[in-house]
Amino acid sequence: MSDVGISSIAGYLPRLRLSKKTVSSANSWLAPNLVGKGKGTRSMANWDEDSVTMAVEAVRRILGGDDDRSHVDTLFFASTTMPFVDRLNSGIMRAALTLEEETQCIDISSTLKSGTSALIQAIDKVKSGNSNYSIVSAADKRKTRSASSQELDFGDGSVAIAVDTKNLIAKYINSSSLSIDFVDHFRGPGEEFDYNWEERWVRDEGYLKIVPKAIKDLFTKANISGSDIDHFILPSVFPRVDQMIAKKCDINPENVAGNLAQSVGDTGSAHSLLMFASVLEKAKPGEKILICGFGGGSDVLLFEATDNIKNFKPQQTIENLLETGVEENNYMKFLTFNDTVKWERGMRGEQDRKTALTTLYRHNDAIMGLVGGKCSKTGTIQYPASPISVSPNSPELNTQEPYKFAEKKAKILSWSADYLSFSVNPPNHYGVVDFEEGGRIMVDFTDIEKGDIDSGMQVKMVFRVKIVDEQRGFTRYFWKAIPV
Amino acid sequence: MATGIRDKVAILGMGCSKFGERWDASPEDLMVESYVEAMEDAGIEPNQLDAAWFSHHIDDIGAGKGGTPMSIALRLPNIAVTRVENYCASGSEAFRGAVYAVAAGAADIAIAVGMEKLKDTGFGGLSPTNYGTLTPQIGPSGSAPGNFAQLASAYRAKHGVSAEDLKRAIAHVSVKSHANGAKNPKAHLQKEVTEEQVLNAPMIAEPLGLFDCCGVSDGAAAAIVTTPEIAKSLGKDNLISVKALQLAVSNGLENQHNSWDGSYFHTVRVAAKKAYAEAGITKPREQVSMMEVHDCFSVTELVTMEDLFISDEGNAVKDVMDGFYDADGKVPCQIDGGLKCFGHPIGASGLRMLYEMYLQLQGKAGARQLSNPSIGLTHNLGGQPANNVCSIAIIGALDA
Repeated sequence: MSDVGISSIAGYLPRLRLSKKTVSSANSWLAPNLVGKGKGTRSMANWDEDSVTMAVEAVRRILGGDDDRSHVDTLFFASTTMPFVDRLNSGIMRAALTLEEETQCIDISSTLKSGTSALIQAIDKVKSGNSNYSIVSAADKRKTRSASSQELDFGDGSVAIAVDTKNLIAKYINSSSLSIDFVDHFRGPGEEFDYNWEERWVRDEGYLKIVPKAIKDLFTKANISGSDIDHFILPSVFPRVDQMIAKKCDINPENVAGNLAQSVGDTGSAHSLLMFASVLEKAKPGEKILICGFGGGSDVLLFEATDNIKNFKPQQTIENLLETGVEENNYMKFLTFNDTVKWERGMRGEQDRKTALTTLYRHNDAIMGLVGGKCSKTGTIQYPASPISVSPNSPELNTQEPYKFAEKKAKILSWSADYLSFSVNPPNHYGVVDFEEGGRIMVDFTDIEKGDIDSGMQVKMVFRVKIVDEQRGFTRYFWKAIPV
Repeated sequence: MATGIRDKVAILGMGCSKFGERWDASPEDLMVESYVEAMEDAGIEPNQLDAAWFSHHIDDIGAGKGGTPMSIALRLPNIAVTRVENYCASGSEAFRGAVYAVAAGAADIAIAVGMEKLKDTGFGGLSPTNYGTLTPQIGPSGSAPGNFAQLASAYRAKHGVSAEDLKRAIAHVSVKSHANGAKNPKAHLQKEVTEEQVLNAPMIAEPLGLFDCCGVSDGAAAAIVTTPEIAKSLGKDNLISVKALQLAVSNGLENQHNSWDGSYFHTVRVAAKKAYAEAGITKPREQVSMMEVHDCFSVTELVTMEDLFISDEGNAVKDVMDGFYDADGKVPCQIDGGLKCFGHPIGASGLRMLYEMYLQLQGKAGARQLSNPSIGLTHNLGGQPANNVCSIAIIGALDA
């Protein structure tokens, strides 16, 4: 039986990193106990990012720019902050990623170890021959109360992993799982925020007892010991808990992987796998990597880096993601982006945002996948496709063939920064972008500051939240442009 | 081959309400104000009207849908009233309908009334509009200034104009319109402004500041048209006739095809060529006496000077700064203050432009009267640069 493992892995972090000092200083009058946490940064999603859009971005990074994505037969999406309770969230991703309709899409949720659980499921599926190529994606964007420790501990981010039998950079060895109804925190239906129990109890009775038990189960199954582990991955917001568990399991404390606490924060369902991505960037052939997930029990997975790891070149490394983040010192912007303050939206923010679901379905490829048309007679590329081609003087009828825009580069033709129209992040930047192979779209620009763009500048497309219809709880998605 | 509209229809009378924040006036009040003036000017009775056209853009506020709001407000004698809507060019559409009815012989006398009551929306600018069910899902959630402002970035990139030079030129456009509007008692804004004020005004949509944007107003305007023969039989002389009426509508090319560079209005060039041909104008820079153009934003007016073939391409900045379009320039533009200062009650604007040309051609424009104008052009645009309708009308003395 052939090996199963990871052939590619990629993380994604939003551009902004909120300064924790900014947060702790603003709240020091109210929460002096949190002043000590005011070091480093945490990743901060733009207002138009959610777990689905971040996961889409991570998956794009492992798929690359190829239009043919027919090799993906299964897509897992793990998150505790899925934008829809009842609408297949991984199905939204499939549409955005223009994966085949036959791709099985599976949402895994309700626990922070959903990422590791999804990975175990994908491995089982590929191992059993029920999938040739599965993608596991995980993301979280957890809302936190102002002046809470979670606000400083959490971060927003995503990761995607290709589970495969070929070109493996890390071979799967074994895994173990425990399901234990240990309620360290919970989020009931309709609740925005987690409710947390006392930290010392969570640490001592939860992490320090449950995780070592799962690890020891795995060691027995795999017939190894702690001294065989070269990289130990355990996300936790509690300081040194990873070191304590390593010690309990005879793992060299020096082999404990960095948990990105001071740069990114804990990205929830994504975090174990995000740390895994970071470890794989440095791992050497033959090294054993132990990944743990905690929440309602524990998942533990063991991988071994292959020779291919030497050639592993991610599109953007975690290290580079950390370096290219932009520090944000405006705490009010964070609160506004997350809608945790009541802010004045003006009359233009009152417009009814009902989405015509019939239209959304009729134009699903165009809206969700940014698929336009190419005239089979004139070669004219256009967005969106139309019954009669836009080609000047050649109004060909019914000649449009699907043409994917999302991975194509484009240049800004015209733009403006609009202070009048409603925007969560004014000024509202939008304009016309011309694609390098032809075609143009008037789009919103995102992830930019005033003065960042001009005509002629190169941009790429990203899948983002277009609007949130708060009256009906519907998130509308579309593509936007960001500078390359 | 169509013979065109030239000199087939004459203007019998026109009227225009005071534009502005007409807090006290209802849609009916505004319509009546323009109607009464037009009827007195024409010297006719309501039962002499054969057909009517009513232009009104935003039907969910103001007067509502259909032809009934006009028929009821004016107590018309159960004649045909057709409501037309074509974005901000709706007023010109109403005029076109009335003129074509007369030219076709279907009506002896027809009336066009345009009205908009914008100040009942609660918005400082235009209220957001719905564009069907697909566009909101794929188009940016922008505004009119944000859409028109994009002309500036594309124009600068194409012609190598610095941001400062363009900003100063469009500021001059607004300074000129304010100077003109100050002489117009019916204008919404009747105060002069300095270039410094314009340059330092709060930003609305880069690079358009507050003074680069037109007034959002309440108002109505009306035109009564007939054949030159009937006009003469009613005792009118020195007739003002329609020389050209053209409408060009985007077909998606600007929005979807890479051949448009974003710096000009494709439809304006198409409509202008046809209008000049219909009116027999071969050298517009020399032959057009004055213009009322759709200066919804200062940058719109600037690029329109090229699209109407008055300024050479790339030369509008220089012409504007040279004062070519000022009240004492070669081709005065917005002598009544334009959309900028007369105001922009959407459904009325096309007719308001014609009203000013009509007054000027008759020498009845009061303090802002130009000396001996013979040909007046109106340019009424609806939509946005990448997707619009452009209406151009040319009027002049019947024998000109």
